[in-house]
Amino acid sequence: MINVGHLATMLPGGRVVRREDGTVVVPPVTRRRLPVQRRWHTARIAAWQLGILVCLIAYWEVGVRVGFIDGFFWSQPSQVWTSLVTFVGEGDALVDTWFTFRATLLGFAVGTTVGALIGLSFWWSRNYATIVQPYLVCFEAMPKLALAPLVVLVFGMGLSSKVAMGVALTMVVTTLTCFAGVKAVDSDQERLFYSLGAHRIQVFNKLVLPSVLPWIISVLRINIGLALTGTIVGEFISSQHGLGRLILYAGEVYDIALIWVGVLVLSVLSIALYVIVGQLERWLIKGVAHGAATGAAR
Amino acid sequence: MARLTARWGRSAAADSATLGAVSGIGTLFAAMGETRGCERRKETRMADTLGDVPPPSKIHLKQVSQIFETPGQPEVLALDRIDIDIAPGRFVSLIGPSGCGKSTIFNVIAGLLAPSEGSVEIDGEDVTGYIGLVGYMLQKDLLLPWRTVLDNVILGMEIRGVPVRQARERARPYLERYGLAGFERQYPPALSGGMRQRAALLRTLLCDTEVILLDEPFGALDAQTRSAMQEWLLRLWEDFGRTVIFVTHDVEEAVYLSDEIYVLSPRPGRVRAHLEVPLARPRPRSIVTTDVFARLREHCVELLGPAPTDLPADVAA
Ligand SMILES: Nc1ncnc2c1ncn2[C@@H]1O[C@H](COP(=O)(O)OP(=O)(O)O)[C@@H](O)[C@H]1O
Ligand SMILES: [Mg+2]
Repeated sequence: MINVGHLATMLPGGRVVRREDGTVVVPPVTRRRLPVQRRWHTARIAAWQLGILVCLIAYWEVGVRVGFIDGFFWSQPSQVWTSLVTFVGEGDALVDTWFTFRATLLGFAVGTTVGALIGLSFWWSRNYATIVQPYLVCFEAMPKLALAPLVVLVFGMGLSSKVAMGVALTMVVTTLTCFAGVKAVDSDQERLFYSLGAHRIQVFNKLVLPSVLPWIISVLRINIGLALTGTIVGEFISSQHGLGRLILYAGEVYDIALIWVGVLVLSVLSIALYVIVGQLERWLIKGVAHGAATGAAR
Repeated sequence: MARLTARWGRSAAADSATLGAVSGIGTLFAAMGETRGCERRKETRMADTLGDVPPPSKIHLKQVSQIFETPGQPEVLALDRIDIDIAPGRFVSLIGPSGCGKSTIFNVIAGLLAPSEGSVEIDGEDVTGYIGLVGYMLQKDLLLPWRTVLDNVILGMEIRGVPVRQARERARPYLERYGLAGFERQYPPALSGGMRQRAALLRTLLCDTEVILLDEPFGALDAQTRSAMQEWLLRLWEDFGRTVIFVTHDVEEAVYLSDEIYVLSPRPGRVRAHLEVPLARPRPRSIVTTDVFARLREHCVELLGPAPTDLPADVAA
């Protein structure tokens, strides 16, 4: 052992130090105040955000013109703008966006509903749940995008294969989440219901459904993103419409500006979808609060 | 027997007071008069005054034993031939150290747990394993957070099939009378602990079961709220005239509230003693300072023995 001297040694930062005789000393705190962050006004924050965006675009445009960014691979903002105007002006935009939008929403709705129903059905029989569970876990572990070529073969080039991809991606996540919600239903509350003489269907309607609803709500946002991904991949494989097909086509003909247009429109679509889901969430949460009024009437 | 007649006299007097109040409180008690429970209680009382026969038992646990079997672990004998017989309209407390099986007894009575041996009789009928026959207030208040207080209180009625509107109509005056006025539309998280217990208890009472099981309902409350809630509970019990079985580990609470006390032994739960509480009602708070009260409380504390947690296991052995 190295002798560190008689006095207590204090480590930098005032951490606990052991004295020679083995006692532990807690050093006093140096005088300081609670750190407080000053928040900026929203307008100032927005100005910064906008400024950064403008700078990035300007840097890109100037970079291509001056020559230190390769315009062949990266295209440039002015060209993207021209492509966008043509794309929107010639009316393809509406058809493609509508196709992708519809497929995504359908995949989302079907996948979430069926997934939630399967998850909720596990409440009714523990044996059935135990039997089915390993299959679910296996399917969840499988990279479902790898199935896309098969899905397109089975469901064809049209809308249904895109919807099927969305369902494949969203359903099992929803089922597993719902099942977790079902398992988390307060067993004491269940006992309370039974002590009041409830039937199973009453416990399901008045307790299990409202308890699992927050779990379903939590999975909605994830699902809309997954459904969009499924649709795009389906369109990549084979399709006549859709933003995914547009991007694929643009890549094949080296029209980089058009790729950017596709990505841009896709982002806007994605934001719109999130807004819709946000609305759905709000509506469902209200359903939880009003559950007593409506659910009881049944 | 004299004690018994005195008790029945009391409860008859309380009932006539209740009947007198009908005009005052209006529909409130008229609604209660319809319940089967009231009818039956009146009949039994008639029989009692005619011939001096002992009152029939409302609820009878016959030699109930409970063994818990968990795979990979030794069996646990939680209840050992518990025999408890309670007359209608009584307020009975079960006291015993934590883990002695008080909640298990309630689960058996409520039909949530099939006893390994023995049976439960209500009004002389074997009802072992039937649910919904008694009101059971579990240790936690278990109010549903997505329902308003009013809708929580009507849950029991709703489950029995009372249409929601009627159930709400019936519950509203009770909320007002029993200290929840103005909270009907609130959600449970907005309520204080005492308020939540009131709501949970009203939910139990409004099911019109004749036997009510209360599992440490005031265990989590601070002393002041607790004593207010005790008064409130006594008022409710006197108004509703139900048979109450009350679990607590607070001896003073048990003595103050009850007609009878069952003292249970540590695991395995056995009935160690069955005591009458010879205190007249209504009981003022000051009754806790009287000799009778103090002696009874001491007696109960003695019966309970030292709390096992006071000493480390090896020292105790
Ligand atoms: N489901 C169960 N499985 C195994 N043991 C149990 C179970 N429920 C209760 N017990 C045991 O039975 C005993 C009595 O429990 P409980 O009735 O909750 O006691 P109390 O309510 O008097 O505190 C405890 O020792 C507990 O460990
Ligand atoms: Mg308990």
